[in-house]
Amino acid sequence: MSGHRLSTQVGQLARRSALRTLRQPAQIVPALVFPMFLLAVNSGGLRETTNLPGFPTDSYLTFALAVPFVQGALFSVMNSGTDLARDIETGFLDRLALTPLRGAALLSGLLAGAVMLGLVQAATYLTVGLVAGAELVTGVPGALVIVALSVSVTVAFGTIGLFAALRTGSGEAVQSLFPVFFVFLFISAMALPLDLIQTDWFRSVATVNPVTYLLEAFRSLLFEGWEPGALALGFGIAAAVLAVGMAAASRALKTRLVRT
Amino acid sequence: MAAPLANGIEVEGLVREFKNGPRAVDGIDLTVEPGEIYGFLGPNGAGKSTTVLMLTTLLPPTAGTARVAGFDIVAEGPRVRASIGAALQEAALDPLLTAREHMRLQTALHGIGKAERRERGQELLERVGLSEAADRKVGGFSGGMKRRLDLALALAHRPRILFLDEPTTGLDIQSRTALWEEVARLAAEEGVTVFLTTQYLEEADALAGRVGIIDHGHIVAGGTPATLKAEIGRPTVEAVPRDQGDRERLAAVLARFGPSSGASPRGAAARLEGGEAQLAEVVRALDAEGIAIETLQLHAPSLDDVFLAKTGRSLEGAGEAEEEVKVAAEAVEA
Repeated sequence: MSGHRLSTQVGQLARRSALRTLRQPAQIVPALVFPMFLLAVNSGGLRETTNLPGFPTDSYLTFALAVPFVQGALFSVMNSGTDLARDIETGFLDRLALTPLRGAALLSGLLAGAVMLGLVQAATYLTVGLVAGAELVTGVPGALVIVALSVSVTVAFGTIGLFAALRTGSGEAVQSLFPVFFVFLFISAMALPLDLIQTDWFRSVATVNPVTYLLEAFRSLLFEGWEPGALALGFGIAAAVLAVGMAAASRALKTRLVRT
Repeated sequence: MAAPLANGIEVEGLVREFKNGPRAVDGIDLTVEPGEIYGFLGPNGAGKSTTVLMLTTLLPPTAGTARVAGFDIVAEGPRVRASIGAALQEAALDPLLTAREHMRLQTALHGIGKAERRERGQELLERVGLSEAADRKVGGFSGGMKRRLDLALALAHRPRILFLDEPTTGLDIQSRTALWEEVARLAAEEGVTVFLTTQYLEEADALAGRVGIIDHGHIVAGGTPATLKAEIGRPTVEAVPRDQGDRERLAAVLARFGPSSGASPRGAAARLEGGEAQLAEVVRALDAEGIAIETLQLHAPSLDDVFLAKTGRSLEGAGEAEEEVKVAAEAVEA
């Protein structure tokens, strides 16, 4: 197949994925509202935490603003997976399978919705946070990197949704993953920096939890300045999740699409 | 196997066995000639859709061979898919996209050039009567509109062979007739070979040049509808007594003219060994026995009779018999 045809396939499926996302406010609104609600509750209720010796900033809002970017990405697991599961359940995937569609084009195209959602989420969270008084010490370039990291994490998590959909073929099964992923967020350095967590087991779990390092990458841009190590770790984790998720989804797609 | 049919379908000993289940398709043989409409008739669960999935390359066969458009369904899947169009059992559409967006996606995925996509999409939407609804989301379409869009999508890349899996199930008679006309036109004017599965007898009768009847994964009969019905040959007379207390006597009288046949719960029926000419004798016998009749019908042999004769069962949801002669009850009142 020519590169032109492959790009046409990816483009058309990306267009469909983006249209589907835009036409389902029920996908966009919770992904915007719930993280902002949690941000408001946490930054209000835990404001005094900044008085702890060694807390890295005097604005808990700025500290907590990293959380919505990761929390919003979790919605991507559900949204991209549910869309694909619906295609399987309705037979739309069979329709696509009867065309000369390549598996890579299908998966890439489906993630376009996640890219769109990631962009909207990142812009919204950042705007709301800054308007509410959060810091952004890296300025406009930092804002752009935050958006890029947010989209990367959203797309990476989206591949896990695709894998789950292809393995189970069920929208309900995909949605049941959401609370599981949410637990990962809570057992990370979501509420406190790693070195201020006093409970040993919690600190140990949060230390090995990759979500902690995604949060630290966002935080570095918000209140620490340019930290190449933190950024490399954040983007590296997103890339690793993307690679593993895509490989697993591609494998599951081959099993699901048993066309000869 | 002889020289492959470029636009036809050749199947030999095709089998599909599912894990821990029976053989859904158990060694079927069939040939569909180029440009022919072939009706694949059978009840739910007979193996029709499994056969279609195998022939469209979406399900590998367990055993046997098949060539579609001259290509082996296992070894040459992509070439088979390039030659066929398919509207599978459920109209698989995206409720959030418009009909025009569906056409754009389908034509693009089939590699149709950008310049031609819009024209081809519009042409097909007009052909299936959806040009006015082209920019509406499919979620608001009726069942008939979805089926027509499904057909248009199957035709996007000008396939030589079209698979239609129960295309009119659940449609009203008007939508069904419109779809039949389009399918018949495709075969007659464009030479498209059509493989049509259905559980509607009248659909197979109205459209198909030849019919294969499948039951429990086996083809139990095959031929033109006329040939198959001629094999059965004898019409059936069915009567309903005015007084339900006379039902057993009625059955006994009808039994004099031939073996009993399926009838409504309120009546009795018999296949007339002597053909239609015996109808007058039946009326006279009922009159002589003093049995008042509410309705009397003569059914010409139908494909359901063929199915009944071959399997011992009636097709679920069987269509109405082709020809009915209703005799007013008054005419045979005692």
